[in-house]
Amino acid sequence: MSKETNKEMNPVEPYLRMDRMPHIWCSGCGIGIVVNCFVRALQKSKVDINKLAVVSGIGCTGRIAGYFKVDSFHTTHGRPIPFATGLKTARPDMNVWVFSGEGDLVSIGGNHFIHAARRNADLKVICVNNFTYAMTGGQVGPTAPLHSIATTAPYGTYDQPFNLPFLAESSGAVYVARWTTFHVRQLVKSMQEIKNKPGFSFLEVIAPCPTIYQRRNRLGDGLAGMRYYKERSKVVNGADTRNVDIKLGGDIIVGKFIDRDRPTQLEAMDQELSHKLGDKYVPYPTGVER
Amino acid sequence: MERRIGMEASIAMAEAVGLCDADVVSAYPITPQTHIVEHLSELVANGELDANFVPVESEHSAMSVCCGSSAAGARTYTATSSQGLALMHEILFIAPALRLPIVMAVANRSLSGPISIWNDHSDIMAERDIGWIQVFVENAQEAIDLTIWSFRIAEDKRVSLPTIVNFDGFILSHMIEPVLMPDREQVQDFLPPFEPLQRLDIDNPVSMGPVGIPDVYTEAKYVQHKLLTDAYGPIVETFGELEKHFGRKYRPVETYRADDADVLLLTMGALGETAMTAVDERRKRGQKVGLIKLRLFRPFPYKDLLNAIGDKPVLGVMDRAVSFGGPVGPVASEVKAALFSARKHPLVPEFIVGLGGRDTSIADFHSIFDDLFEAAERDTTPDPRFVGLRE
Ligand code: SF4
Repeated sequence: MSKETNKEMNPVEPYLRMDRMPHIWCSGCGIGIVVNCFVRALQKSKVDINKLAVVSGIGCTGRIAGYFKVDSFHTTHGRPIPFATGLKTARPDMNVWVFSGEGDLVSIGGNHFIHAARRNADLKVICVNNFTYAMTGGQVGPTAPLHSIATTAPYGTYDQPFNLPFLAESSGAVYVARWTTFHVRQLVKSMQEIKNKPGFSFLEVIAPCPTIYQRRNRLGDGLAGMRYYKERSKVVNGADTRNVDIKLGGDIIVGKFIDRDRPTQLEAMDQELSHKLGDKYVPYPTGVER
Repeated sequence: MERRIGMEASIAMAEAVGLCDADVVSAYPITPQTHIVEHLSELVANGELDANFVPVESEHSAMSVCCGSSAAGARTYTATSSQGLALMHEILFIAPALRLPIVMAVANRSLSGPISIWNDHSDIMAERDIGWIQVFVENAQEAIDLTIWSFRIAEDKRVSLPTIVNFDGFILSHMIEPVLMPDREQVQDFLPPFEPLQRLDIDNPVSMGPVGIPDVYTEAKYVQHKLLTDAYGPIVETFGELEKHFGRKYRPVETYRADDADVLLLTMGALGETAMTAVDERRKRGQKVGLIKLRLFRPFPYKDLLNAIGDKPVLGVMDRAVSFGGPVGPVASEVKAALFSARKHPLVPEFIVGLGGRDTSIADFHSIFDDLFEAAERDTTPDPRFVGLRE
């Protein structure tokens, strides 16, 4: 038996900064499940955590960077993707993961998101989508379903939300999947898959925010959120991402939607410049061992 | 008739904006400013304020929306803090250059890193030179009064410049205080409808924000500087109007028990209230300390400040931000610049206090007063001190 199993501790502990516990997340929050799944994925794929970096932005999900006992960076609001791009460029041998919320990644950081996907930056981007700016108290965010209530939309929002898988696919991501925090096995599997996938991989995780989003929209507690995901999620692998938008009270289409290949940002640069400059061009150091 | 009511300072500020009939409010969530904008979006949704509320995707967009709506002739308001203000930086310069009288609240907060959501003045000190009128308030009542006043001064045709009301995050923004909330009629008597200096109008086309070639750029900047400096007159005048309408007096530089003081201390923002209590305590011990409160930060009220200081031998300056590797305290450096032209000037010990939410207690004030008396006795200026620094 390995050491981890005979000691009385949660198997995720070796991966976390236990001195930072207890964490700030509310009971029933989905973010902790994402952390758990990530640890399982790392354990299963035996990743060298010395070759791994976690980058976060601001918000409840942004806290992830602070809790992981790996090289991590808690950036400013909206900037985890450009920071991660810089990190990956300087250290192509590293496995670079971005964990952040939808408010961070596709609102204030939205421009970075589409452009990193377009260039196929070699990043694994996990977006915890809980439909609101939870940390600042529940203002209307970029994925808030039409008619949902927010502090800045007291009678319901009327702005069209983003359909994130569609946005990621159209921007050029090579891997696009969506799961809820109820789908822990699938989530772990997707994380294992993108761990080895070169290019811009995008994973949307629908997560309950009982304290802010669900309370304001009378959607019950954390358990009610999970029950909803269980009952109303439909697994449609390979679904046309145009049809996976989320409606208030509607079904949630989950699954792996896109898995395709194209040169990463650095590979494309190497190809283009080797072609133009021939032997004069010194290729960029190759990336992570996959 | 005004009503006496207990209200959180942020909500009071939002109510004041409602009374001013703002036409467009655009903002992005950031702590600790959020309550202002949340309350405004409620007023708009309830039909109590006939305005458009634009929830944008970042503060950079918020200030851009504000410039657009103000250019079209709409009374425009926004609020932000910290990183949000920093993200607006680029557009902040555009508003005064185009004479757009936007009003903005800044719930002052520290800047990253390390990440800190708590109160100090780092955010606004980094935006010292953006060309906006800037005032600081101490309590919820001042937040109401000076928000209403801000629309008046910003839209004054002689001025037509954007205005910031600085109020300390959390230690003021989240305080519930008794206030006198004016009614709509009172506010309308004081604040005439917005008539922009110029506006984007298809019948009378103007071009805003074109390229300024080297031939005109210097002149454009000179005019901007002169406008902001000359705004001083209308500022004092409209403070007078405010007093006439609402009975509360505001001055660019205010003093508390300063006339007969042996040593003076200068503060800006909500700490002024704690400072007054500390001054009273010290006076009870028979030691004559006095307070100068800098209300108007831009345009900087040089003359008023010199008058307030008079021939006192020591003026301590409290700063809530750091000018790294430079003059340490940004306010102290401005004060010293003001004093440089005076024939005789006091010693100016500097104190850095309350960074990133560090509490500044009455005891801290007493330790500062001790330093001031010691400086007076030795006739030397001590090195700048980070008050309460843990070694
Ligand atoms: S506010 Fe919502 S998202 Fe944030 S920790 Fe609580 S439940 Fe989670």
